[in-house]
Amino acid sequence: MLDITALEPVAAPVRRSALRRAVRHWTFIAPAAALGLLVAFSIFPSYFAGLFGNGDPRACDLGSSADGAAPGHPFGFDVQGCDVWANVVFGARSSIVVGLVATVIGVAIAIVLGTLAGYFGGVADQVVSRLTEVFLGFPFLLGAIVVLNSVGDRSPLSVSVVLGVFGWPLTARLVRSSVRSVRGLDYVVAATTMGLTTRRIITRHVLPNALSPVLILATISIGAVIVAESSLTYLGVGLQAPAISWGLQIAAGSRHFQTAPHILIWPSVFLAVTVLAVIMLGEALRAALDPKNAA
Amino acid sequence: MRLAAKTAQRLAGLALVFLGVTFVIYLAVFALPGDPVRALAGDKPLEESTVAALRVKYNLDLPIWQQYWMYLSGLVHGDLGSDFKGRPVLGLMATRWPVTIALALTAWAMEIVVGLTIGVVQALRRGTVIDHGLLALTVLASCVPVFVLGVVSQQVFGVTLGWLPVAGVRDGWPASYILPAAVIAVFGLSAVSRLMRGAMVESLSADYVRAGRAKGFGPGRVVGIHVLRNSLIPASTYLATDLGYLLGGTVIIEGIFNLPGVGNLLFEAIRTHEGPTVVGVSTALIVIFLATSVLVDAIHVGLDPRLRRA
Repeated sequence: MLDITALEPVAAPVRRSALRRAVRHWTFIAPAAALGLLVAFSIFPSYFAGLFGNGDPRACDLGSSADGAAPGHPFGFDVQGCDVWANVVFGARSSIVVGLVATVIGVAIAIVLGTLAGYFGGVADQVVSRLTEVFLGFPFLLGAIVVLNSVGDRSPLSVSVVLGVFGWPLTARLVRSSVRSVRGLDYVVAATTMGLTTRRIITRHVLPNALSPVLILATISIGAVIVAESSLTYLGVGLQAPAISWGLQIAAGSRHFQTAPHILIWPSVFLAVTVLAVIMLGEALRAALDPKNAA
Repeated sequence: MRLAAKTAQRLAGLALVFLGVTFVIYLAVFALPGDPVRALAGDKPLEESTVAALRVKYNLDLPIWQQYWMYLSGLVHGDLGSDFKGRPVLGLMATRWPVTIALALTAWAMEIVVGLTIGVVQALRRGTVIDHGLLALTVLASCVPVFVLGVVSQQVFGVTLGWLPVAGVRDGWPASYILPAAVIAVFGLSAVSRLMRGAMVESLSADYVRAGRAKGFGPGRVVGIHVLRNSLIPASTYLATDLGYLLGGTVIIEGIFNLPGVGNLLFEAIRTHEGPTVVGVSTALIVIFLATSVLVDAIHVGLDPRLRRA
């Protein structure tokens, strides 16, 4: 659950000294390292999947279906007799890709609409605010479920687009209030008086100073999107086999939890750690960027 | 007078949002690919004339805006239409609501009691091991996807230990609802406790608290009356919004624990392309969501006297 309430729009540029101090703290290093590892997993899956001997997620032997740990397979086998470790490593890619792409799409929409509403106000503000409320009015994942159920081909890309298109409203609200708080500041007024073009004022003066709270929310929302993707996949309207994803593995594992809990546990642990790392990273950024913490 | 004008403006805004959301859902249900008439027939091939007749019967041959208009006018008369098997949508929902409401309220009560308690304890023991430990615990719990927690707790407490019913509602409230509600509540604890802790910490150092202490009020009166009441605003906003979502039926939990609630009905309707049911149930959920947002405003005005002067 995103809790936007804790984020206040801060009219301050990203302070480099505070950032530099924050990145040396373990609360930043630990989650950043975990996420770095996961990104490495998703870029070079075959290298990491082969760490314990068997690197092919599709090399399956029904004879060892749902077996526990074995030499060369410390994480055991799934129901199809495939190596669980190899599948979990290859599954990182879908989660990371969906998390990043959907967040980029959502944040892009949010920045455009939020800036329109916050900078120009008036009619633009009214229209955007109503639109935001409409999209916030959808019950949990309902819009995504309805649309994805009608889409025949559900690839990581189509799932990301749908999640991004339904995921922008909270960010847009934040951009709007953040831009509004910057708009009336002296340097923006000065830039206007100097006759700079609106485009230049927005891109060079307003946005760089308005986006630091958005950065934090975007980071946290990567975790929310990853959970949303696995939930949709678990419900059967997200990614589909033969794609390899944590959601699919958890869905399959939950049917055999009684006899072979490891099939459910490993992808769940990876999913939980990913979300935890993203939340911690967001927290570290929040602490670094909050002017109240300036020492 | 200003308050009346504000209220009117707010209601007009809500009506606009209602029209917007229902129209988007209507579009998504009826304009996207996926043919309900074919779905109705299953695997059997249908005669073209039968298909055409069914389309006319359910007004699927009309342009989308006309269909939406007919749906709206039905709504004004309290009619949500019938599904493709001829059952009225209102009747379909009637048996489902008690289950979802019981589940939502149980989960909500757990969230309030446990979440607020954790937040208060954290604020009063700020910076100690208890504070950090509770924070770590709630954040960790919120990172485990709800369906994993659901499946695991069902197996552990339902099947292995046999403490609580595994699934279904045959054992009635509370037995059948404790486990699913707890799973839902665990997920919300982190937000509730964090909001409560933050607000408490801020109020504890506020001037009126110092004034209260200076007047010689005991800690029970200062914390119990002044700090608690003033700290409830952020958490209560979150909790009210959350109730709106919970009443939408948690598709995943209702599915795992086989609870015949509204979320389950909605999800099945989406899967089987039962357009009228999807739109009908969604309409009800949106009304609930909007009602809770009004409730949030009312709570604000109730808890923060400054807002009443506006």
